[in-house]
Amino acid sequence: MAFLKPGAVRIAAVCMLALLVTGCSANWGWYVVSPTTKTGMSNLLFLLGGLRYTLLLSFTAILISIVLGLLVALPGLSDNRYLKLFNRTYVEFIRAIPILVMILWVYYGLPQLGDIKIGVFWAGVIALALSDSAFQAEIFRAGIQSIHRGQYEAAQSVSLNYVDTMRFVILPQAIKRILPALGNQLVYMLKMSSLVSVIGMQELTRRANELVVTEYRSLEIYTILVLEYLVLILIVSAGVRWLERRMRADERG
Amino acid sequence: MILNGVNKNNANHYHRLGHLPRFADSGNAARRAGRSDGRTAPPMREKAIVTQVDGAAAGAPIIEMSGVCKWFGEFQVLKDIDLLVRTGEKFVVCGPSGSGKSTMIRCINRLETHQQGRIVVDGTELTDDARDISAVRSEVGMVFQQFNLFPHLTAIENLMLGPVRARKMSRKDARERAEFYLERVHIPEQADKYPGQLSGGQQQRVAIARSLCMEPRIMLFDEPTSALDPEMISEVLDVMTELAESGMTMICVTHEMGFARRVADTMVFMDAGEIVETADPETFFGSPRSDRCKRFLQQILGH
Ligand SMILES: Nc1ncnc2c1ncn2[C@@H]1O[C@H](COP(=O)(O)OP(=O)(O)OP(=O)(O)O)[C@@H](O)[C@H]1O
Ligand SMILES: [Mg+2]
Repeated sequence: MAFLKPGAVRIAAVCMLALLVTGCSANWGWYVVSPTTKTGMSNLLFLLGGLRYTLLLSFTAILISIVLGLLVALPGLSDNRYLKLFNRTYVEFIRAIPILVMILWVYYGLPQLGDIKIGVFWAGVIALALSDSAFQAEIFRAGIQSIHRGQYEAAQSVSLNYVDTMRFVILPQAIKRILPALGNQLVYMLKMSSLVSVIGMQELTRRANELVVTEYRSLEIYTILVLEYLVLILIVSAGVRWLERRMRADERG
Repeated sequence: MILNGVNKNNANHYHRLGHLPRFADSGNAARRAGRSDGRTAPPMREKAIVTQVDGAAAGAPIIEMSGVCKWFGEFQVLKDIDLLVRTGEKFVVCGPSGSGKSTMIRCINRLETHQQGRIVVDGTELTDDARDISAVRSEVGMVFQQFNLFPHLTAIENLMLGPVRARKMSRKDARERAEFYLERVHIPEQADKYPGQLSGGQQQRVAIARSLCMEPRIMLFDEPTSALDPEMISEVLDVMTELAESGMTMICVTHEMGFARRVADTMVFMDAGEIVETADPETFFGSPRSDRCKRFLQQILGH
């Protein structure tokens, strides 16, 4: 993990230390997740096992939401008022639905529309991706609008068509500019994926909830949960920043 | 230059006026050209005498604008523009800021749409038809004041993008062609640098090479040296002069009057959306007819 800067490691270390120090007082019962005992170890592995689903869920959803967002952003940039109207309606409508409500609607509501069967994972992906796509659309629209008109004109004057102009000239520059915003969206998505626990997705939060029910040590278990998200998100942020640096380096050489 | 030698022949200079033959018999044409003597342009065929200088293939009309008008909202930017450019001719357009020079040449490759009149480029009339527009654009190269290079691509990738994507050339052929044109603008050694790493003059030469890579028949220049530091202007003008000598049809919006004298077959003066005066450089600089043009030249030549 070459992109892990000492800064990120330090922040994580300080946070963990703070928690461990407070954890030494009598009220804590770390045995429940202590790797030194057999049950503690298996509890810990159970909790960490949720990581796989959180990651899978978040990354699948963000990929879909980026594609959706782009497809919704482009009509918003056209001169045609019906295409613009489509963009505005989509963004305003989707943005008004709370993510939790979207998850419930997709998982419990949508299957009743027809004879559709949606698993927990895909219901979560669809709900998260839809919710996020409205924000992605706005990010892309702003990013594309920030590209100077001369770039389109230069592309046109070397006979590029619309798709090639977008693909080879505009989007590469726009994406570079919106990378910090996309990074934010990814962090947000990782956190919001915890909501999918309500429909039974075995991700980090769900597993912590289930363990609390059997072990009654909510403080320790939820502390571990906090740390899991913290470390995960610090790694992802460091990755995004590394990507930004690498893309900037391209232009300076 | 030979061209100017011909222009000195006064009997010929009206032949070079950039007007459509269909206006030849109207007194309007004379007034549009800023001529007060009421003389009309001679019929089309005689014009060939002049353009023979550029060789046998030269002389066919390649850009014809007639009665072109354009509005930005209420504001009329172009007023009844007539212009006839023949293959191999070099036009230099000048005029005060806001007079519509950029708008006029941008209409030629439809970066702006005109609302009235006709523009025919190499036999294709510009309409809303996307196929016609792309046909015209593939014949017309454009160089911008702000270069407009693609900042995320290296110099050579900037040159290759059009040939590879629009002309469907193989990357290998496109690279060879790009290297050839970088050589022609005298910066083969900068091929792998990004625009941000090049000087203004180098960037503009990459931009010229990028247009040439599409092998256009016409090159449009919109104040190509206005954004450059003085010491870089000549390197760009030199490249443009060489291009002119190679026989390229060119329309340049520029206030570099030394360049204009050297290269132009025809000077066009615009003011307030109109073509006020059209003449060969000799006449244009020696005895401009309209007051507006006189005043402008005094300002720009500094006396
Ligand atoms: N997109 C636009 N919308 C509204 N008005 C415009 C637009 N583009 C140009 N104009 C106006 O049209 C007029 C002509 O502009 P144009 O750029 O063609 O002038 P120009 O002769 O090239 O001037 P300059 O020497 O400053 O480049 C100007 O008054 C300008 O303000
Ligand atoms: Mg201009």
